[in-house]
Amino acid sequence: MGAGQLQAPFSPGGATEIDAALARRLLELSLAAGGDYADLFFEYRAGADYVYEDERVKAVGRGITLGLGVRVTKGDATGYAYCEDLTWEAMAEAARTAAQIAQSGQSHAPVDIRALTIPSFYPVSVPTLETLAPEKLELLRRGDRAARAYDPRIVKVSASFAEELKEILIVTSDGKLVRDRQPLMRYGVHAIAEDKGKRQGGSGGGGGRFGMEYFTTHPPESHGTEAARVAVAMLDAVDAPAGSMEVVLGAGDSGILLHEAIGHGLEADFNRKQTSNYSGQLGKRVASELCTVVDDGTITHDRGAINVDDEGNPGRKNVLIENGILRAYMQDKLSCKHFGVEPSGNGRRQSFRHNPLPRMTNTALLAGPHDPEEIIRSVKRGVYAKRFSGGQVNISNGDFVFSLTESYLIEDGKLGAPLKGVNLIGNGPDVLTKVTMLGKDFQLSDGIWTCGKDGQSVPVGVGTPTVKIAAITVGGTKA
Amino acid sequence: MSTYAVDKLKRIAEEACRLARKHGADAAEALVQGGAELSVKIRLGEPELVQEAASRALGLRVFRDRRAALTYTSDLSDAALDRFVAESVELAKLAEPDELNELPARAELATEQPDLELWDDAAVSVDAKGALDRCKTGEAAARGFSPKVTNSEGATYSRVVGASAFANSDGFGGGYRGTYQSLVVEPICDDADGKKRNGFWWTADRFLSRLQDPESVGREAARRTVAKLGSEKIDTGEMPVVFDPEAGRALLRALFSVISGGAIYRKSSYLLDREGTKVASPLVTIVDDPLIARGPGSRPYDGDGLPSRKNVVVDGGTLQTYLFDVYSARKLGRKSNGCAGRGVGGAPHVTTSNFILQKGTTKPEAILSGITRGLYVTEMMGFGFNAVTGDFSRGAGGFLIENGKLGRPVSEVTIGANFNDLWCSVDAVGDDLDLRSSTACPTFRVSKMMVAGR
Repeated sequence: MGAGQLQAPFSPGGATEIDAALARRLLELSLAAGGDYADLFFEYRAGADYVYEDERVKAVGRGITLGLGVRVTKGDATGYAYCEDLTWEAMAEAARTAAQIAQSGQSHAPVDIRALTIPSFYPVSVPTLETLAPEKLELLRRGDRAARAYDPRIVKVSASFAEELKEILIVTSDGKLVRDRQPLMRYGVHAIAEDKGKRQGGSGGGGGRFGMEYFTTHPPESHGTEAARVAVAMLDAVDAPAGSMEVVLGAGDSGILLHEAIGHGLEADFNRKQTSNYSGQLGKRVASELCTVVDDGTITHDRGAINVDDEGNPGRKNVLIENGILRAYMQDKLSCKHFGVEPSGNGRRQSFRHNPLPRMTNTALLAGPHDPEEIIRSVKRGVYAKRFSGGQVNISNGDFVFSLTESYLIEDGKLGAPLKGVNLIGNGPDVLTKVTMLGKDFQLSDGIWTCGKDGQSVPVGVGTPTVKIAAITVGGTKA
Repeated sequence: MSTYAVDKLKRIAEEACRLARKHGADAAEALVQGGAELSVKIRLGEPELVQEAASRALGLRVFRDRRAALTYTSDLSDAALDRFVAESVELAKLAEPDELNELPARAELATEQPDLELWDDAAVSVDAKGALDRCKTGEAAARGFSPKVTNSEGATYSRVVGASAFANSDGFGGGYRGTYQSLVVEPICDDADGKKRNGFWWTADRFLSRLQDPESVGREAARRTVAKLGSEKIDTGEMPVVFDPEAGRALLRALFSVISGGAIYRKSSYLLDREGTKVASPLVTIVDDPLIARGPGSRPYDGDGLPSRKNVVVDGGTLQTYLFDVYSARKLGRKSNGCAGRGVGGAPHVTTSNFILQKGTTKPEAILSGITRGLYVTEMMGFGFNAVTGDFSRGAGGFLIENGKLGRPVSEVTIGANFNDLWCSVDAVGDDLDLRSSTACPTFRVSKMMVAGR
């Protein structure tokens, strides 16, 4: 487990190499009971994490997981099984178990398997996982020192670095064989400020599918300082207002709003099942005409970028909403069949233990015509939202919330006092029609978000310019 | 080999500790878990998913010169184990020494394991077909409940059977196995304004025979979903808020996050230096009890190998103790009270077992009776809790309370309060406690919160 080249045992030359002929035998077993389609998902994931607390490296962690997931579909039904050792017996048993979803019918033979060439959206010369640890530990010290140096009121700092290298091999009964190596890293600093009996916390962090070069453009000091800045700024936080009012969302992380308000509702499984508010809305106006929303798996080094999705389809840029008109859903294999469309590169899964679902990659609201400062100046009384801890949506009715960790009152067009932690709640279809101004200042979030759905977590990216929403409910405590 | 043969897993854990010492570790702890899952889903009467698989994994913590490494692997073959342990010990050199990095004192370790009735032979008897049948019955009952049920997210039956063994290099060795199964039914209705309304009901237990029957789960799911038709915002204002047990549970989870020893030594809690003081209304008593027979969160020992014990956390509104694992207790100059949790892939941390707001004496209906205008909360959304300050704000849905009775359904509002005020303002606690989940509470009322809507 020391630094050095990591390689999946199922790769060419590996200890349990999987070639097209072996995969074909497994696919034959998978389809033997009459399944329509089968795929194999081999996954090798090496991960490490480093925690820095009380000015020392508190612990280092390492782990490796390896396994095969076998999926068989028959109509809209899915049979799924997995195994953790790549012996023929274990793999064959998984294939036979998954096969049982089909109880009858003619067995389809897999077609000839062809290796697929895919794009490269995250070229990394040396993954962080293959870099010697002392270099990474120094990053934690630097972030910690920067946070402490920011202000004497900073009383606690912790920093963390988590990294993984995932290698996948997908083989499908419709003839695809594709391999990918997906690096992922995330760096974070958390600081606590204390003054006159008041305490507040702040965080800073980022990452993506980068190697160590990430830190050339995003030095650890910038994250440490940011964590400390938020903690100190929030010491003066006052009670947030309650009720419906104008809200301005800062560029970047506010993409969370998009992810919750509309992203999930445009995942094709909910629309195939008619359980989303956006079912049957293709071609219709679902947002203000200022809004063009894309889901883009091709943004280089982005946390949500994928060369290939977990069903073997290349990552793509998909326009979901164009000038307010709904153009497309995000698809997985089952939904493509239902809607009669091409794959959109959104079939993703948490690991070999999970079946794929339509998921977002990097969801972005594209830039508009307005100057960000002009947007703030236009607000009589409202809230400016800058940092968030997360959000959630109810797919069926479109209600969503997202939680602000740094926000400010706007009065007469000027930023005022920082506000205590508060939620915004809205309804997706409703809120997007109330986008009345959109900034020129599009920004991507710095790689920290993880999306959960059906118990499966996948890394995602978001991005927006500054956005003005004419009315949304702010969940403060002051009437 | 059965993946849930406790003795076999225990031998692997003990072997890993022995190898760690052989490779130069001063001390080691190993957790081995093995289990099998069955998960099936029916939607609109047809199978949508059948998933079956078994897995095993080992998590190791080694100490060398007070430096710690945490590692995990799913490759438990003899040759691989030796190499994995050797590399883990090597990895510890990267960490920095922490004087608190040592095993618990031998005298503190659990010496016997109570039988908590965590395993049910009958649980394993349900096969994929039997599970699908239960789902079909549950979903059909929901769809048959009312013509207003127009669609379905389906019905899901899940079962996990598993075993866990834990050993340390000071001779602790324990192991146990358990079963748990659940059925959830999720109907959907179409509302007049074009919105869809979803809802659900569920049953879960370690023992198969104690599951609620699928038909009544389906009917209750439908009843709850139909009741949401016509939901809308209400006007912003302060009012009493009643939490049903499904929604209230989340408030207990948030409260745990500020009484864990980890949060205290990190100063990430508004309840710092508050032991022995009033943190809630006199009606509030909260216990963490891992020793409840058949309890969903029960365990015979904790993640450090210490005996399980019941802790009264809040007694009549007074904070009696924080919850500690060995590390956080040492960090604060205290003794662990046996609340360590541990997973294969991570460090030991403070966790809850069965974390329960004790029931009161008021009937749930009577809790509503004195309220002229209030909010009955059945669901919450989002993450709006600042542990450091106690500021709380979350999305909520439920029903308007008017003149002591449940009125029209409410959605798209937020509820907000400072957490300290919220718990001190609890003025009624119901007698309707149900232990389906490891964090549980009865219905309870908060005299005043800010509800933001229109």
